[in-house]
Amino acid sequence: MAGGKAVVEAEGTTVRAVVGGIEGVRQRVLDDQGRVRVHVNLFVNGAHIRELDGLDTAVDDGDEVVILPAVSGG
Amino acid sequence: MTTVVALGTAKGVFLLTSDKARNKFEVSPPHLPGEALYSVAIDTRGGRNRFFAGGGSWHWGPQIRYSDDLGATWSEPVERSVAFAEGTDGGPSVAQIWQIQPSTEAEPEVVYAGVEPSALFRSEDGGLTYSLVEGLWNHPHRPQWTPGGGGMCLHTVLVDPRDPNRLDVAMSTGGHYRSDDRGSTWNARNKGIKAVFLPEGQQDVEFGQCVHRIARDASDADTFFLQHHWGIYRSDDSGDTWVNIGGGEVADSGVPSDFGFPVVTHPTQGGTAYVIPLNSDMFRATAEAKCRVYRTSDSGKSWEALSTGLPQDNAHLTILRDAFCHDGQSPAGLYFGTRTGQVFGSNNDGESWSLLAENLPPVLSVRAAAID
Repeated sequence: MAGGKAVVEAEGTTVRAVVGGIEGVRQRVLDDQGRVRVHVNLFVNGAHIRELDGLDTAVDDGDEVVILPAVSGG
Repeated sequence: MTTVVALGTAKGVFLLTSDKARNKFEVSPPHLPGEALYSVAIDTRGGRNRFFAGGGSWHWGPQIRYSDDLGATWSEPVERSVAFAEGTDGGPSVAQIWQIQPSTEAEPEVVYAGVEPSALFRSEDGGLTYSLVEGLWNHPHRPQWTPGGGGMCLHTVLVDPRDPNRLDVAMSTGGHYRSDDRGSTWNARNKGIKAVFLPEGQQDVEFGQCVHRIARDASDADTFFLQHHWGIYRSDDSGDTWVNIGGGEVADSGVPSDFGFPVVTHPTQGGTAYVIPLNSDMFRATAEAKCRVYRTSDSGKSWEALSTGLPQDNAHLTILRDAFCHDGQSPAGLYFGTRTGQVFGSNNDGESWSLLAENLPPVLSVRAAAID
């Protein structure tokens, strides 16, 4: 996904728009109904989006959105 | 001619390859390493040799991918090929791909996918994109289907070789359902299958059985063999009625236990089916600490143990529902994998077996075929 790059620039005014705008990312980060997958965490400038406004959290120019899969499984 | 055995494991896909004699197999490095592939399929219709793998990572969710070059490269869909539409009633999301089943030669572009939560999808473009079979999703029984130990899985999809509009599916739990109109309407067909996990007096239910696997007979398309959560059954009328052919009420059936997961029919010999008995639902390991395949050649009147070449001492192996198959050849090649990473194979209808691979991740799904 994201052409194999670890860091990309993306456009959007919300977290939902940002993750939806990067090739191959939306289907991995969000489930069929557009919810964040259970084992995926999203941060905006270091704050977890569940502490903010979830996928509706506003994003400005220069903000950093981090997609971090939980180290889960067996 | 190459015989390929595709393994879906908890950590990737492995391909075992051999010549027609099928005496010795080479094991590939892992494809899609690290991903749990609950379903694999080999589609040789329409001039293709397409390998499917269904499943994925714990983090990024499941999907179906395919390879047309023996695993060298795999598709990487930008959008998920199997997914519920946003806004679907109940808010479902595909949680696992339990089965990938190419349809018949008559419709080489049609492929089915059985998923969790108990839904059927159909592709009409060779397995690239899939649409929900809404007739089953909207079935009035759905609220009463409940998940088994593996989740609410639709794990068996059978397409009638005489008429691809006739479909059979099985789910745990829910039972066996048949559609005669390409999936528009479905009827539960479980008469005779006892739901032994329900209280006495309530075990003869219309639906809700925990069917583990169904296989169609080679010579009579109306005959099925079924491994239940306790009980081995046969139907001679396309699943309308079922009779117990192993264990339970059947004295001296020959099987040490009628609990197990897979059932496989012989590719060419009618009345011939194979099961692998496990001790019980509470102890899901090969019965009596011996790894044995049991075969009936008379439609279930009798069973014989096939153990030559299989471990017979302290063998506590588990074989999952989709981890046993044949390769369509004659004599039949038969292959099964274990949760402890062994793969056993027979090139002579099950008369003798050999260890084809070991020390692999848990084996979840096995498919085999002869390809050019």
